[in-house]
Formats: sequence, C-alpha cells, structure tokens
Amino acid sequence: MINVKELYKSFEKKDVLKGISFKINHGESVAIIGKSGIGKSVLLKHLIGLIQPDSGEVWVEEKLVNTLSFTQLQSVRAQCGMVFQFGALFDSMSVEENIGLALSKLSEMNKEEVTQQISKSLAEVGMENSEKLMPSSLSGGMKKRVGIARAIAIKPKYLLYDEPTTGLDPVMTDSINRLISKIHKQEDVTSIMVTHELRTVFEVAERVIMIHDGKIKFDGTPEQIKLSNDIVVQQFISGNSTLLETEA
Amino acid sequence: MLRILIYPIHIFIHFFEGLAEYVLLMTKMFRSVKSWNLYLGFTADQMVNIGAQSIPIVMLTSLFSGMVTSVQAAYQFESGFVPTWFVGSIVGESVLLELAPMITGLVMTGKIGATITAEIGTMRVTEQIDALESLSFDPVSFLIMPRVLAAAIMFPILVIVADFCGILGGLFAAQHAMDVSAQEFIRGLRTWFRPWDAWFGLIKGIFFGIAITSIASYKGFTTEGGAEGVGKSTTSTVVISCMVIVLLDYILAEIFL
Ligand SMILES: Nc1ncnc2c1ncn2[C@@H]1O[C@H](COP(=O)(O)OP(=O)(O)O)[C@@H](O)[C@H]1O
Ligand SMILES: [Mg+2]
Repeated sequence: MINVKELYKSFEKKDVLKGISFKINHGESVAIIGKSGIGKSVLLKHLIGLIQPDSGEVWVEEKLVNTLSFTQLQSVRAQCGMVFQFGALFDSMSVEENIGLALSKLSEMNKEEVTQQISKSLAEVGMENSEKLMPSSLSGGMKKRVGIARAIAIKPKYLLYDEPTTGLDPVMTDSINRLISKIHKQEDVTSIMVTHELRTVFEVAERVIMIHDGKIKFDGTPEQIKLSNDIVVQQFISGNSTLLETEA
Repeated sequence: MLRILIYPIHIFIHFFEGLAEYVLLMTKMFRSVKSWNLYLGFTADQMVNIGAQSIPIVMLTSLFSGMVTSVQAAYQFESGFVPTWFVGSIVGESVLLELAPMITGLVMTGKIGATITAEIGTMRVTEQIDALESLSFDPVSFLIMPRVLAAAIMFPILVIVADFCGILGGLFAAQHAMDVSAQEFIRGLRTWFRPWDAWFGLIKGIFFGIAITSIASYKGFTTEGGAEGVGKSTTSTVVISCMVIVLLDYILAEIFL
C-alpha cells in the first residue's frame, strides 16, 4: 500500500504541492492527471525518495520513505519500477546493459538468470532480440518500451509510469496502453501512471486522481470523472479552454 | 535604481549558494570513496577518455608554446648582454613551472570540462540521473568520482608530456631562430634546473585536474532547463574553470614557491 499524507513541496518561490493526501491499495491501477507543470512528476518522484518533501509523509508499505537514508531506500526502490517520461535509458549502455544494471543492484540473480530475465522482459514489451542495440538507435516508442522492460525486470510490486504515452502517435499510444494493461493483469502489480492523455486514463485506469493548483481536485473512477460537474475537471476532460475564462 | 543596488547583492548570494552546493557535492564525493569497488572500472574508462585521448592536443599546444618561449627569449637577447645559451634555462623554467601545467589546464578545460558538463548535464535533463538513483545507484560515486579520480591520475601524466614537448619545441626553435646548438641549449637547461620546479608543475596538474573535473561535474549535475540549459552550463563551466585555474595557479605559487 502507498499512503501519502499532507505532502507539501515548493521550489524556490513556487509552491508546487500544497497538501496532497491519498492511499493506493495493492493491485489498483491509478491515473494521476492534471495540466502540464502542475507537479505530477514531482509527486511521483516523492514516492521513491528522488525528491524530499518540505513536509508530509510518504509511506510505501510499512516504510516512511522521506526519512530513509540512501541505503535504506534500496529496499523501497527494489519494490518500485519507475518508467521515466522519455525512457531515461543510459546513453552509454546497450539495451542489455541498461536492464542488467537494474538487476545488478536490485535483484539477487546470478549471471545466467540475469541474461534470461533480460530477454524475458524484452519479450514482454515486444522488443525481442534488441539486447545489443544502443539507445541512440531506438525510436521514442521503443525507448519507452525498453524503459518499461527495465522497470519490470526487477519484478516490482509497484510500477510507476511518468507520461507513458505523451508524445507518441495514436497507434503507438494504443499499443503502450495495451502493454500497461497487460502487465498490470499478468504481473499482479499496482500501477500508477502520471499522464495528461485522457485516452490512457480511460483505457487503462480504474481510478483517477486529478491534481489542480497543488491539491487533489478529484478522486474517483473514470466513469465518475466524466460526470463531474466541477468546472476545472470538466475543462480538463473536455479540453475546452474557454470554460474558465470568466474566472481567469 | 534599486535594481542596480540589488543586482550585485543577488549575484553575491547566488555565488555563495553555488559554492555551498559545490562543497556539499564534493563532501558526498569524498564520502563515496569507500564504495571504490563500484567505480574503479569506470575510472579506467575515464582515464582513457580524459587522459589518453587528450595527449595529441596537449603535445601540439605545448610544443608551440615552447617554441614561442624560445623565439621571444631570442628577441630579448638581441641586446647581446646575455649569452645565448641561457635560452635553455629560460625555456626549461617557463615550461616546467608555468607553461606545461597552465596550457594543459586551459586546453583540458575546453576539451574535458566542456565534455563532462555536457554528458552529465544531458543525463540530468533526460532524467538519467534520476533513473540511476531509482535503481539505487549513487550518482555521485557512479558519475563524478570516476571522472575526478581519473583526472587526478592523468593530469600529472599530461603535464609530463607537455613538459617534454614544450622543451623539445623550445630546443627546436632555439636552433633555428638563434643558432643555439642542442648542446648549448641543454647546458643552459641543466645549469639552472631544479627538480622541485618539475614537481611543482605536476602538483599544479593534480590540482587543476581535480578543479576542472569537479567544477564540470557540479555544473552538469545542477543543469536545469533542457538542451538549452546544457549549453548554458557548458559555457559557464569553461568560464569558471578558466578563472579558477588562474586563481589556483597564483595561490599554489604563493604556497609552494
Ligand atoms: N528540481 C526542480 N527544481 C525546481 N523546480 C522544479 C524542479 N522539478 C520540478 N520543478 C517545477 O515544478 C513544477 C512541476 O513540475 P512537474 O512535476 O515536472 O510537472 P508535470 O505535472 O508536468 O509533471 C514545474 O513548474 C517545474 O518547473
Ligand atoms: Mg511531468
């Protein structure tokens, strides 16, 4: 279970998160949505201790993440596979080395098992036989797939996706959406995806949390959010920028 | 009006914030010394990148600066009061004490400093550093330590290369510009040679190497704002490193000479 309590975070003069609280139970598939620059990635990075909050608590199972030292964080990070927005593959390493690096620290596999696990994860994301390729020779969609392979290779309990479909063409978006759903079902994981793509929300998520102005504006099912009569939520869902003009 | 007053204060505060951040990062780096088994392999790679691949440019630049020193000495000797074989000592002293380490430092700032900032800065803005950390690797011992360590080892070696080429260049130019024979040149070189001068040059090399790579790593590490940000950090690495090298050169001279 992930439990976030009263999270506050500001950068220099900018208040990004202003009191965020939610609980995510095991096996849920949650989309965190909101405008660009609202602090979705910042929130996601708090969950594995990449960013420290100004105040508040982040619990992953029975661990209070924001108080752990770098070494103590290792056990939390071994449970959480993070997929970064543009894949964040290490440029200087091949696909195989990228995944191998994750396994070398966060798993106890021997050399043979590592090789097996690498090809298994690559097969799962539809990237068979790409072990020797370098990241620079991959397209945006392929990088995301390898990024997903790197995250699932460590057999995490939680999969965190940062904008998994942003910037991809519609067909690729669909195939990544299917991939996320497939992994969610097969691997018995909790999936948390940060996105501003509604398609991903409606096709993949069972629960939606919307962040607006540093706070949670909506928390419910995708069906409920469609019916919400909150003007900010409606504006986001309908993509209509004129709804709020009177307020602004 | 107020802005004019606030601006220098702002710069001042900004400078000390940056300095504090740098010191913090260096503290982290020295704390990561104990996980040497992790980065030793990377250090070897970096020694090739930083050291071996820079030998040609260091050879070329020091060769020419040695030659220029010789030609200038000849120009000043025209009065005829100083015997021409003194040129060997002038070239020797200048190269060992100042030119070889300084030229190596400045050339490496442009070559290695800029590269390191661009590499690490790109990793920062493409979230590769976050990814490393998410896999429980300490980015400081993974990225910074190997580079700084490699520089501390390779810079003195590069300075030795520069010493040889600089003196060789001086010798060559002396023979051609003022008809000083090789024997005479070497006689000049030997008469005033002090081993300490050569050692001092190497010590400077170590300091310059650590300064350049640590500043470059820090600048890369704190890069913000996409590809444009990487460009900005790279430029500021070169500017800051050049200033720091000149400053260090003076401070070390005060301490050691
Ligand atoms: N390390 C940082 N330093 C300063 N500001 C940051 C940092 N990370 C994020 N921000 C700021 O926080 C805000 C939220 O960013 P982010 O979480 O990336 O938004 P998004 O919802 O699009 O993912 C942005 O205005 C961004 O500029
Ligand atoms: Mg984001």
